[in-house]
Amino acid sequence: MKWKLKLPNPGLEDRILTHEELERLEVEEAGDRPKWDNKTQYMLTCVGFCVGLGNVWRFPYLCQSHGGGAFMIPFLILLVFEGIPLLHLEFAIGQRLRKGSVGVWRTINPYMIGVGIASMFVSFLVSLYYNTIIAWVMWYFFNSFQDPLPWSQCPVNANNTGLVPECEMSSPVDYYWYRKTLNTSAAIDETGGMQWWMILCLVSAWSVLYICCIRGIETTGKAVYVTSTLPYVVLTIFLIRGLTLKGSVDGIKFLFTPDVNELANPQTWLNAGAQVFYSFSLAFGGLISFSSYNSVHNNCEQDAVIISIINAFTSIYAATVIYTIIGFRATERFDDCLNGNILTLLNTFELPEGNITESNYDAALQNLTTLSPDIISNLTLKTCNLNTFLSEGVEGTGLAFIVFTEAITKMPLSPLWSVLFFVMLFCLGLSSMFGNIEGVLVPLQDLNIFPKTWPKEVLSGVTCVVCCLVGLIFVQGSGNYWLALFDSFAGSIPLLIIAFCEMIGVVYVYGIDRFNEDLVFMIGHKPNIFWQATWRFISPLIMLVIFVFYFSTTITKEIFYSAWDPESENFPALEKKPYPSWIYVIIFLLAGIPSLSVPGAAVFRAIRNYCCKKHHSDRVHELDSISSKIQVQDEEKKSENPYKS
Amino acid sequence: MITRILLLLFLPSVIAQDLCEDGKDGYKVRLSIKTALGDKAYDWNESEMFLFRSSLAFAMRKYTQEEKFEISNILVCNETKRVSFVFVVTSPNDSTKLIPKDQVASAVRKHRHRLNSAFLLSDGTLEFVGIPPTLATPITYSTQPWLIVFGVVIGAVAVGILSVLMSTMTRRRRAADKGIDSGKEEERIEGFVKENGTSLTRLDSKDGDYNKAFSNDERFTKL
Repeated sequence: MKWKLKLPNPGLEDRILTHEELERLEVEEAGDRPKWDNKTQYMLTCVGFCVGLGNVWRFPYLCQSHGGGAFMIPFLILLVFEGIPLLHLEFAIGQRLRKGSVGVWRTINPYMIGVGIASMFVSFLVSLYYNTIIAWVMWYFFNSFQDPLPWSQCPVNANNTGLVPECEMSSPVDYYWYRKTLNTSAAIDETGGMQWWMILCLVSAWSVLYICCIRGIETTGKAVYVTSTLPYVVLTIFLIRGLTLKGSVDGIKFLFTPDVNELANPQTWLNAGAQVFYSFSLAFGGLISFSSYNSVHNNCEQDAVIISIINAFTSIYAATVIYTIIGFRATERFDDCLNGNILTLLNTFELPEGNITESNYDAALQNLTTLSPDIISNLTLKTCNLNTFLSEGVEGTGLAFIVFTEAITKMPLSPLWSVLFFVMLFCLGLSSMFGNIEGVLVPLQDLNIFPKTWPKEVLSGVTCVVCCLVGLIFVQGSGNYWLALFDSFAGSIPLLIIAFCEMIGVVYVYGIDRFNEDLVFMIGHKPNIFWQATWRFISPLIMLVIFVFYFSTTITKEIFYSAWDPESENFPALEKKPYPSWIYVIIFLLAGIPSLSVPGAAVFRAIRNYCCKKHHSDRVHELDSISSKIQVQDEEKKSENPYKS
Repeated sequence: MITRILLLLFLPSVIAQDLCEDGKDGYKVRLSIKTALGDKAYDWNESEMFLFRSSLAFAMRKYTQEEKFEISNILVCNETKRVSFVFVVTSPNDSTKLIPKDQVASAVRKHRHRLNSAFLLSDGTLEFVGIPPTLATPITYSTQPWLIVFGVVIGAVAVGILSVLMSTMTRRRRAADKGIDSGKEEERIEGFVKENGTSLTRLDSKDGDYNKAFSNDERFTKL
């Protein structure tokens, strides 16, 4: 059949267990590969890995900025055609080959080991900065146990006459985030020194991770009962609380109001595809690892569909909750703005209180403008537009640490809401970290980097310590800028390449026929036409398109970073600064090392095989006819030394 | 004659008005009662003004500590419906002499809290235009609260790590005591075979404990 392209792959049969062997392993429960205690642990771990901070702070922003309810259309379409097939593929191949990512790719074809190594590198780089975000969350969590919250007011200056100017010009939450938490420097080249409080938080974040991962899935399987379920509880609490606040419904309406014109914008589809892809934590190697601990007849097809649905539902649910709170905050800001204007008018025209209210503000303003236009023009009245405040939609750390914290300070019982919110973020981040660390530890074991005699606890300990030390980059003054750099380049392009290679590898190198047979063996029926079509053409094509667009937009445009510079003119707005030239080397390393290890490992292996063949060409000749040659040699030896044997 | 008497009678108030409206040593006051109290807002009337003048006189008395300020020393003018007005303070000894601005400001600042409480208002709603509000001293903690929470979390995690490591060590020691026989060695070899992922995995796990490469030994021994 013309469609079934299969690349030559000698020796595959020798490297994999046959179905009979798998069945025997299953029945006799032989082998010392770790196993899940029950299906719930596996599902919760996968859900926890997939559902992360991105669901809370990236998806709502994308949804709102790309046409609200209309964004669901590209999101759900790409979920079905890109997310679910890739997820099913990773689950199935892990369950079949029963190895982590490096082991799986080495088994499929030794020249494809680079894909596994690339996954390991990406997991490592992402773990570094992701845990720093968790350290920031922990800092806010530690500081939530006081009333009033430290980010609710500006601190006073030295002689108690006024507020600190940096805080006065921006806002208490901005000041607390940029000055008290990060102590950020003005540019990425200024290191700003280590911030000792952040070092403590980083150490605590890595310690908590260590104790959860200390024995691999034996310990993470217990931890996920809490870390994967608690976010949903907290989201529900926030939803109930949020709906009782003024302005929350405006927020939800703003989020979901569809703007169908956005569907014509290719950037919308690109962002939806990227969001689906990153949200599923594909190509990190963690999912392959997790599903390799399953029983061989586990229904991975069903799991993939269920987890995808849960992930999509969580994104939408979190977006709703976030926007109730954002709606409340925007309404508060709008009210403050309007009341400020009203007060100014009352004071200037000496009108009694209550003359101008929110409802008759426009009419009154018009009246006064006609009466005395020159006075009105001299006044600095702010324009108050609710939609502007609503679309001050921030994403990422800005949403969690600035916008949301501000909203919390306006709610009664703020410390309680603050603690709940940061516990939720902590759990979301930690459960994703389990998958990342799995994607680092298992390849390290497969590549025999550590001696086999070392117990698991030591391996995870060494990894955590190394990551913690390298992660000290992110606790210096310019750490925030480094984190943004890592996020944009280490965690984006390499993953797309890896995912594309994964699909090509499984479908065309491992062979879709063999894969189908495996699935028949594992789950009892052949995957239907939907899976066949998506695995073979649709999903790789989508990955390729996203990769090409991403790559071209990153390469062509000038790269800027947003810096908090109190001395800039636009302060408190973030200033766009260009990167210094040596950063481009770092960017190339971050994106290049994982991406290039895919072909690099293949080349390395080819060279090594060729060198081996060259050096031992004589021996090879001998080995061609082992039996006769050795026997002859032995007989010769025996005849030489009859008394030695 | 009568006009002269009338003039003498009204002169003080006229002078007073002039002193007030000069506005050099006076301060503008603005009250936002409805904003502060909402439904419980009271109306501004003569009695409230009387209260204001008396509280200000009280503030001046406390500030100077000797001079006996009276209500008549507090002059008010330019009242508006906004509820704002200008006041000046005259010296108790000489009613034509005004107390300088900075002294009035210091007096008000020192007793701002008492003035606010008299009217159930705050620094923002009882506004003295030109006198900055006294900022509340920030709460200082002897130990930062975050360090306490951090200590608790780190302590719990350290205890957890130590207990897990201890249990691992006891597990290993117990296994080492038991497994000096070949059973444990087999286990190790099996594990080694499994993790390699090469053709060795085709070995039957139950039967094959040794490497096929060594099976060539048979050839030697057969000889």
